Parts: sequence; structure tokens; C-alpha cells
Amino acid sequence: MHVRADQRFPIQIELNGRQREGLAEPRMQLCDFLRHELGTTGVHVGCEHGVCGACTVLVDGVASRSCLMLAVQAHERRIDTVESLSRDNIMNDLQQAFSRHHALQCGFCTAGILMSCVEFLERVPSPDETQVRDMLSGHLCRCTGYTGMVRAVLEVAQQRQETLVENNNDV
Amino acid sequence: MKPAVFDYVRAANKREALQQLTEHGEQARIIAGGQSLMAVLNMRLAQPKVLIDINQASDLHYLKVENNCLKVGAAVRQVELLDRTSLVDEVPLLAQAMPWIGHFQTRNRGTVCGSVAHADPSAEIPLCLVTLGGTVVLESLKGKRREVPAAEFFQGVLTTEKRPDEMVVEVQFPLREADVIYRFHEVAMRHGDFALVALAACIRQGEVDLGVGGVADRPTLRRLPLGAELKDSLNTLAWSLGAQDDVHASAPYRRQLVRELGQQLIEDNDHARAS
Ligand SMILES: Cc1cc2nc3c(=O)[nH]c(=O)nc-3n(C[C@H](O)[C@H](O)[C@H](O)COP(=O)(O)OP(=O)(O)OC[C@H]3O[C@@H](n4cnc5c(N)ncnc54)[C@H](O)[C@@H]3O)c2cc1C
Ligand code: FES
Ligand code: FES
Repeated sequence: MHVRADQRFPIQIELNGRQREGLAEPRMQLCDFLRHELGTTGVHVGCEHGVCGACTVLVDGVASRSCLMLAVQAHERRIDTVESLSRDNIMNDLQQAFSRHHALQCGFCTAGILMSCVEFLERVPSPDETQVRDMLSGHLCRCTGYTGMVRAVLEVAQQRQETLVENNNDV
Repeated sequence: MKPAVFDYVRAANKREALQQLTEHGEQARIIAGGQSLMAVLNMRLAQPKVLIDINQASDLHYLKVENNCLKVGAAVRQVELLDRTSLVDEVPLLAQAMPWIGHFQTRNRGTVCGSVAHADPSAEIPLCLVTLGGTVVLESLKGKRREVPAAEFFQGVLTTEKRPDEMVVEVQFPLREADVIYRFHEVAMRHGDFALVALAACIRQGEVDLGVGGVADRPTLRRLPLGAELKDSLNTLAWSLGAQDDVHASAPYRRQLVRELGQQLIEDNDHARAS
């Protein structure tokens, strides 16, 4: 695959479960492609050099900085953004817990943090506080002081484990 | 902060990547995890004409134990090494150092060889490679395959022995030796930041190989005696590294870290374990 510098390449991705296509020249960052070409403006862009974490999305299920990826690199991959979390305008358990625990104020950092949490809780279903804080160290939040986020993530982890046990008992 | 224009080539394999490098030489750059390069491009500190993406080069994606080494291909991500349960037995020093590299989100994409090629003086992987006496394997289309000892590969800040038409195809970490104690520790402003000082130690009978990152312009390895002379030799080492003041820490603080952290790491077993 060779894309010339001035060429607008038709990029196909599976975005939040739907097949989507858009045009991007090689130098276009994935975050800009998602926002400006495909309209998923839940992807926030802060520092554009990998430090703040606001732009974090899932690439094939793996939390990644979308400012440190090119749109052309995402061709034929699966991308999930914060828009994938709620269904029929109902927020998922993680979003609800963030709201309950005041884990956000301005919300600029939140979309990226939620996407990190999605992968993190799949990899570490019963984390302790140190592990949650380690995961959050990849994100900057100017408002909250992180305490509410830690509580929210720990609570969701526990709830999900309990549901898992209940479901197993039902069988 | 948007990159300048470039052609994008997705290499399907090593050969294709090397062909592009031969064709475009200094005008081209490999992009591996992009966790350092993309920031450099976004800030236009580099403006390559061609970007060669090796993320899909399947013949560069391997992790294997061979000839008493752990061999890591250029497409292997940091997270894969961290997830390898046998790593603590194979290369315990690396297993201790990996969690210090950036964050979970950057290790998800950053590669092992990319960190070596980038040659940041405070990076953990180059430090471990030098301390263990590892090897960097370079290939070009026309030249011979070169196996360069890590200590020679790193030439200064972001500067290496690699020629423009070469790429790092593999790095080799020597497997654990019996009777050697491996320890790693670092101090950074916040967890996940680049180290102010990083130390890696291979402790043997009567002596220690101590690698220091973050102070000199490249990871530096010294053999020091254990026992009564250790303190003095750590001081000499600390002064020999040419520590500089910068916005993060003063030169005296860096020297102090080399001395104190060095002694704790080498002698104080409880501390080393707790950290
Ligand atoms: C927020 C943040 C925190 C970080 N903290 C740390 C940290 O604490 N410690 C640390 O060590 N690193 C840290 N990093 C950097 C990270 O480890 C990078 O992954 C690593 O430095 C480069 O690996 P990469 O695969 O992303 O390489 P890239 O960014 O793709 O490339 C880096 C450079 O190496 C060249 N290159 C890459 N692969 C090859 C190859 N096979 N052959 C020839 N040239 C090649 C590229 O052309 C480029 O010049 C951090 C990054 C971020 C964004
Ligand atoms: S915008 Fe991507 S990490 Fe800050
Ligand atoms: S809620 Fe404002 S930056 Fe985190």
C-alpha cells in the first residue's frame, strides 16, 4: 500500500460497530479523521503529542492515542470511540458511575479516560486501587483530582464481578 | 501541530521496508509504534518525505528464545513483552523495567525495537540492553547483516550506529545467568514520565555491573566493587557522567540519586524489594 503525499485515500474502518468510509491524506492524524471526516467529536484533542490522553480510542480493542496514529494506519481496522458506550441514549455502567462519583467536571479528559477504562477492565477485571491509579497515570485531568474516577472504576469492577457470580449461580 | 506532508508506504514485510529505505535513504523514516515519532512529526521537528510503516510486516513480528538470548523482532510491541509470563525467568531485569516505560496506553503501541532505535538517554529498554550486554541487529538491502553490541550502538542523544539505509530488525537480550541478582529502579517526576535517573544492576559475587540512564547522553555501564569501596566508586561514577541541569532536576540532584539510589539498589535488599 502506497499513498502519495497529496492523495486523499479512501479509508475504511469499522467505527463503533458500523462500516464507515472517509478520505484522508497520509499526514492526517487519526483523531482529526475521526472528528472532522466521520463526525465522532467525542474524541477530544488536547496536546497532540501523546501526553494528555484525551484522544484515547480503542484500536482493535486496544486503548491507543489517536493523535499518535495516522488515519491511513487505521485503514481496515476496528475503532471504538466514546460514542460506542451508550445505547439508546442510556449511559453504560461506567459512565453512570463516573457521573455518580463526580469523576468529571468539565469533561474534556473524560472520553479518553472512559476508553482506557474499557480495555483496562477487560484485562484486569478485579483491580486494586494501585492498578487503577497506574492506568489513570496515562491521562491528565485538570479538574477533578482523580479520586472520583478511582472510586467509580473500583465500583464498576465490583458490580460487574457480582453480576458475573449471580449469572453463574442462575445457570 | 500537524505533520508536514509525506508519502505513506505500508510495508508488508521486511524486504519491502528495506527496499524503501534503500530507495529514499535519509528522506525516509520507519514508523513503528509512533509513540515517539508521531510527536516529533506533529511538532515538525522532523519532516521526512516518506514514512515506512512496519506495523503489518508479519516477518518482523516474533519473540523467541534462541542461542541463550531472547530475540525480539521489530514489530513486537512493549505490551507483548510485558504480558509474556516467562519473561521473569528469561530476562528478569527487563521484567522489572517494563512497567516503568510510559503508560499502559503507550506500551500498547510502542515497540521494543523502536525504543532502541529512538535512543532516548533515559529510556528503560536501551538501559537494560546495555546493562545485560545485549545486541542490536541491523539490516540493509545491500550491506551485510550487522550484529552490534548495545554499548556501541548508542552514540548519544537520539543518535545511534544505524546508517540511513539500515533498520533495526531485532534486539537480543541475554537470558538470565544463575547466581546473578537483577534489580531495576528509577526516579521520575510522576509515574510514567521519563526517568530523571534510572538504574539497572546485575549483582555478582564481589562486584556489580551498574547501568545508569537519564544522566549522560546515553546509557552508561560500569563495573563496581561490592563492600567497603562501593560508596566511593558510586561517587566517582556519579561525577563521571557529566550530569546537566535542566527544567526537571539539577545536576547535583542527579548525582545524589546515582549515589543514594545506587547504594540502596545494590545493598539494601528490603528497599529494593519494596519498590
Ligand atoms: C506519554 C508518553 C510517555 C512515554 N514515556 C516513556 C518512558 O518513560 N520511557 C521510555 O523509554 N519511553 C517512553 N515513551 C516513548 C515510548 O516508549 C516509545 O514507544 C518509544 O520511544 C519508541 O517506540 P515506537 O515503537 O513508538 O517507535 P516510533 O515512535 O515509531 O519511532 C521512534 C524512532 O525510531 C525509529 N525506528 C522505529 N523502529 C525502527 C526500526 N525497527 N528500525 C529503524 N528505525 C526505527 C523511527 O524512525 C523514529 O525515528 C513515552 C511515550 C509517550 C507518548
Ligand atoms: S491529544 Fe493525544 S494524548 Fe493529548
Ligand atoms: S474533568 Fe476537566 S480535565 Fe478532567
